[in-house]
Amino acid sequence: MALLKRILPWVILAGSVIMISAGIIDHGFRDVMGKAIIICLECVGIG
Amino acid sequence: MMKGLREHFKEYRRRYIQLMTAVLYNCNLGGFLSGRIGNWNSKGLCVPGLNCYSCPGAAFACPLGSLQNSLQNSAFRFPFYVIGTLLLFGILLGRLVCGFLCPFGLIQELLHKLGRLLHLPDIKKNRLTRGLSYLKYGILIFFVVAVPVVRFVPGFCKYICPAGTLEAGIPLVLADEHLQAQIGLLFSWKVFVLALCILGCMFCYRSFCRFICPLGAIYSFFNSTAFFGIKVKNDKCTGCGVCVRTCKMDIKKAGDRECIHCGECIKTCPVGAIGYPCPGKSSAFKN
Repeated sequence: MALLKRILPWVILAGSVIMISAGIIDHGFRDVMGKAIIICLECVGIG
Repeated sequence: MMKGLREHFKEYRRRYIQLMTAVLYNCNLGGFLSGRIGNWNSKGLCVPGLNCYSCPGAAFACPLGSLQNSLQNSAFRFPFYVIGTLLLFGILLGRLVCGFLCPFGLIQELLHKLGRLLHLPDIKKNRLTRGLSYLKYGILIFFVVAVPVVRFVPGFCKYICPAGTLEAGIPLVLADEHLQAQIGLLFSWKVFVLALCILGCMFCYRSFCRFICPLGAIYSFFNSTAFFGIKVKNDKCTGCGVCVRTCKMDIKKAGDRECIHCGECIKTCPVGAIGYPCPGKSSAFKN
């Protein structure tokens, strides 16, 4: 259990880096963000 | 004089970090003048704290808004990038983000100070506030996850987020006459929620952070295992509870899921069992 607690943060850290890399390779980080401008005008209560 | 300055920065370093963070996140000064949302490449990067993407001055993206936006499109693509970013911030910092790197956390603290200056009643933490701290997990599940996936709208951003109203909705409406003509019931609701939040923070320390913020809820899962932040030396801790009584958050012990790592408890611990671990030296604290 103690060993699990020690390695778990490193596993999560490695996993996060892998996921970020996969996301950028898969669709580029601008793809989803680019849509946010139109959506966010709605989501701040305008329109 | 230098010693005095050093002491001053040590005393107020968290406040200075919060201020610098707020300025860094919203460094697009031209956006405030033009009233337009920036569309730089840097908007593809998420900051750790709650800072609306649509703020005219925002140079980066909000992790919560990005998560909801990504979940809306999750039927077509798994949001690897946004979820990976949240995992990274969470495991590195946990709720240290709330205490140091969130502009809306700074605003809440300043509002609470304003409430004290106005001699308003200060609602201290109690069993009710501890119970209310679980509300943010419900808001996370429903508005941040379920509503975007099922209804294809960013539920928290659209219906609740007071940071979005304060940083984006109001400045954009003030700067653009065309937008002023478009505001309706939803905008009025958002302003009402913002007003409630402002009042709440004046009476109750960080009420949004403690009871509502889904981003704090996400980071709380990592709080006890995050690399950085407050740690308690169990061999030195006597269980006196001074840290819990001093803390304004709803903690059961320093460093638990409600701890924002502000460091107020470090000064009050009678045996010096609490601190920020020195990098590379797990046995030493840097206070």
